[in-house]
Amino acid sequence: MFRQARWDERIIFELGRSGRRGCTIPKVKKEIQRVVGDTKAFVPEKLRRKTFPKLPELSEVEVVRHYVRLSQMNFGVDSGFYPLGSCTMKYNPKIDEVLAKLPSITLIHPYQDERTVQGVLEAMYRLSRWLAEITGTHDVSLQPAAGAHGEFLGTLIMRAYHKLNDEPEKRTELIVPDSAHGTNPASGAMAGFKIVVVPSDEDGCVDLEALRAAVSERTAGLMLTNPNTLGIFEKNIEEIAKIVHEAGGLLYYDGANLNAILGKVRPGDMGFDIVHMNIHKTFGTPHGGGGPGAGPIGVSEELEKFLPIPRIVFDGKRYRLDYDKPYSVGKIRGFYGNVGVLLKAFAYILGLGAEGLEEVAEISVLNANYIMKKLEKIRGFCLPYARGRPRKHECVISAKKLYKETGIGALNVSKRILDYGMHAPTVYFPLIVDEALMIEPTESFEKEELDRFVEVMKKISDEAYSTPDVVLEAPKNAAITRLDEAKASHPKTMALSWKMYLKKSKR
Amino acid sequence: MRRIGIQSIEELYADVPQRFKLKRRLDLPSPRSEQEVKRLVETILSKNKTFKDMPIFLGAGCWPHYVPAAVETTIQRTELFTSYTPYQPEFSQGMLQALFEYQSMICEITAMEVANCSMYDWASALGEAVRMAARLTHRTKVLIPKIIHPERKATLETYTEPMGIRIESVGYESETGQLDVEDLKTKISEKTASVYVENPAYLGSIETQAEDISEIVHGHGALFIVGVDPISLGVLKPPGEYGADIVVGEGQPLGNPMNYGGPLLGIFACRDDMRLIRQLPGRTVGMTSTVDGKTRGFCMALQTREQHIRREKATSNICSNESLCAVASAVYLALLGPRGMRELGEAILCKARYAMQLLAKIDGVTTPMFKSAHFKEFTVNFDQTGKTALDVHERLLQRQVHGGKNIAKEFPELGETALYCVTEKHSKEDIDRLALALEAILEEKS
Repeated sequence: MFRQARWDERIIFELGRSGRRGCTIPKVKKEIQRVVGDTKAFVPEKLRRKTFPKLPELSEVEVVRHYVRLSQMNFGVDSGFYPLGSCTMKYNPKIDEVLAKLPSITLIHPYQDERTVQGVLEAMYRLSRWLAEITGTHDVSLQPAAGAHGEFLGTLIMRAYHKLNDEPEKRTELIVPDSAHGTNPASGAMAGFKIVVVPSDEDGCVDLEALRAAVSERTAGLMLTNPNTLGIFEKNIEEIAKIVHEAGGLLYYDGANLNAILGKVRPGDMGFDIVHMNIHKTFGTPHGGGGPGAGPIGVSEELEKFLPIPRIVFDGKRYRLDYDKPYSVGKIRGFYGNVGVLLKAFAYILGLGAEGLEEVAEISVLNANYIMKKLEKIRGFCLPYARGRPRKHECVISAKKLYKETGIGALNVSKRILDYGMHAPTVYFPLIVDEALMIEPTESFEKEELDRFVEVMKKISDEAYSTPDVVLEAPKNAAITRLDEAKASHPKTMALSWKMYLKKSKR
Repeated sequence: MRRIGIQSIEELYADVPQRFKLKRRLDLPSPRSEQEVKRLVETILSKNKTFKDMPIFLGAGCWPHYVPAAVETTIQRTELFTSYTPYQPEFSQGMLQALFEYQSMICEITAMEVANCSMYDWASALGEAVRMAARLTHRTKVLIPKIIHPERKATLETYTEPMGIRIESVGYESETGQLDVEDLKTKISEKTASVYVENPAYLGSIETQAEDISEIVHGHGALFIVGVDPISLGVLKPPGEYGADIVVGEGQPLGNPMNYGGPLLGIFACRDDMRLIRQLPGRTVGMTSTVDGKTRGFCMALQTREQHIRREKATSNICSNESLCAVASAVYLALLGPRGMRELGEAILCKARYAMQLLAKIDGVTTPMFKSAHFKEFTVNFDQTGKTALDVHERLLQRQVHGGKNIAKEFPELGETALYCVTEKHSKEDIDRLALALEAILEEKS
């Protein structure tokens, strides 16, 4: 029987007592004090803080206990099965964490003289070369902080490319499939494009006729995930690339599902001009409860000149940062990228090598197909689109029938899965599937774990037909029962900080 | 394989066009054992020289500050760091509460009421803030100070260019480095969506006219955006007290190591005003209750602004952010508490002041160049020494001291100048060593 920890843990502002301290600040030496005098005079009256910030006052042990309890009310990959589709929740090797804590990485400053940071530059340079090899692209920039940041950069590169070809006003449309991640249209819109949506065909792939009709002299490019969000490989990729390129557009690869094809087929070889990778998905770095990740971008030779500055270059002897890139789209962030995260990916690839990465892809795909075969037989669930075709690293099942027959939909199923000590799949995505449950088992879980998940899904189906209330009332075993999410967003009850909550509760 | 009826894994890749299949192994190193990986990575990184090997006086957007051990151990709790975005709130109460507390503490130190749970960094947070102000006011101009980090400005340009936002710089008083308020008055108009000011400014000085600026900005119906180094907010007046509508900043100093400049932590806060809140970029966590109303709980709020629901109409495309860095900052602020923040701010003020006084005594060295109060960073000018900033840097490095950031090219009007940074991590010995080295260098013949 699974039970998540359920501490009645108060907000940190309610803990502790006035005057308590969690750490002390080293006293300023008397010699310094004597020289500089009274600190009060250092800050002009007008800009001096008069009252203390109302931060909590706790001892170190109180702080630690609070966060240990909170962590026990949280579920990660290290806690158990985490088949969250499109997120690639694989195991995060512990050695990578150890290495990322080395002072030789944590204690270096980004503006240090290049001669004093040859180690990190070497690691980052080599990583960028490996990622270029893995994606079949010419050059890679490690700068984007996340996948969506990479998408933003990628679409800016499209803009810069068309601008150079004197077509900035003309190339205003960016095409995305209806099965795309929400970040694709959002990133494109941020870069100033009008979003044109193309529907999927009955196989869940890009509808070629619709694509032909959608492209025009206004097309800047197409953003595509392959394998797509249904876990299906876009088998017409050659034709898709041809249509987009002939229309004068660029092809963008959303790397969310790169895990499935490592060492098997490369986006660059398929005709993609711009590729982003999600380091925190494919290359084993932790998701951190939402970040930090990293979203490097790989591009074709023609687009290299648009990458953000600076670029790490190697002259055979020394590594240095090159700012002299007149065509660059400029800067998309401070400094050079999430180096602390990227270093973990460096170690990950170093450990697995080419063979290991290919095995990652194979096992993740095998696991997804194994789970799919078993799940589609369960009462109430079905496999929409392209039945009989293999999936790649993930599969999407629909609980439409279950919902019709029992009133229990994907959301209820997902909440009930939690009761069995597993994280739920992604639900209601992609949007083209009703009552979607998107399942990505990754390569990290054993067959026994996959079987256990299938067992759980069977049980939930049985419960839905026999004792629907237990499903409707789920979760019962999580840290808390069903939450009122609407209340959190209603202007009357919204509390986005402790201060805001106190203000509203006084009224 | 037997269960799904295949003989070989390749069958699962049958739909990949043959001509695209990679017919060779990837050209990558061979697999290595954990021990070998460790040795190799350690060897490569040992080529770096760190703060431990030499005192480093660099800041400019990423700063050396002490990270308490309890911060490090907390964010190593694997239940936290191996989890995803809390899309299943009942299963992720720990992360959600930690992020809610982070937002709450950011609100306390900045004197704002609303915060999101992180942006990538200061530069991208600024980009998003200026975009947000333009959406909200339906205006297209932003005024920024001339004294700004060039990379932050460049990022702002990248973020705003597609929206057609025009950026204009407001000059500074050459004596004091303070914003030229007259110039602001000339440039601000009914087209100005927002005015951005930093405190402390990029070159370290404290902007004391903040309240006056706020009045001018609001008088024109524009939004006032303030950028902060949050570690200064134990001693400096919080922007919420001088009229800021949106606060952005770099959260790295609060419990996150430098890591060669990333990951960082973009702070983003605003006033409790639904017009602002509806335009907020990024994720934010709200307090709520269970459906039966009995128990307090947390979940992500206002998701209808976000990309996974609103798609191309979202307020931002941001999905993965810097949550774990935000948790580190929450733990950091909880450990320091109100008094710790004050004491730390005072210690930094003292040490920076000490360094300025010591360096100013050296023949030919002018520091700081601006007659203003400074927090932890300050300009050091070498015009009267006959040596360039680059030259000084080279010679310091030979003596195992890493000087400040050379800004001679960024601000030609300031001459041969470098931007130095002193924090609580610099010991008196470090600062003395810098002064002695500089003295010796400047006596050397060029």
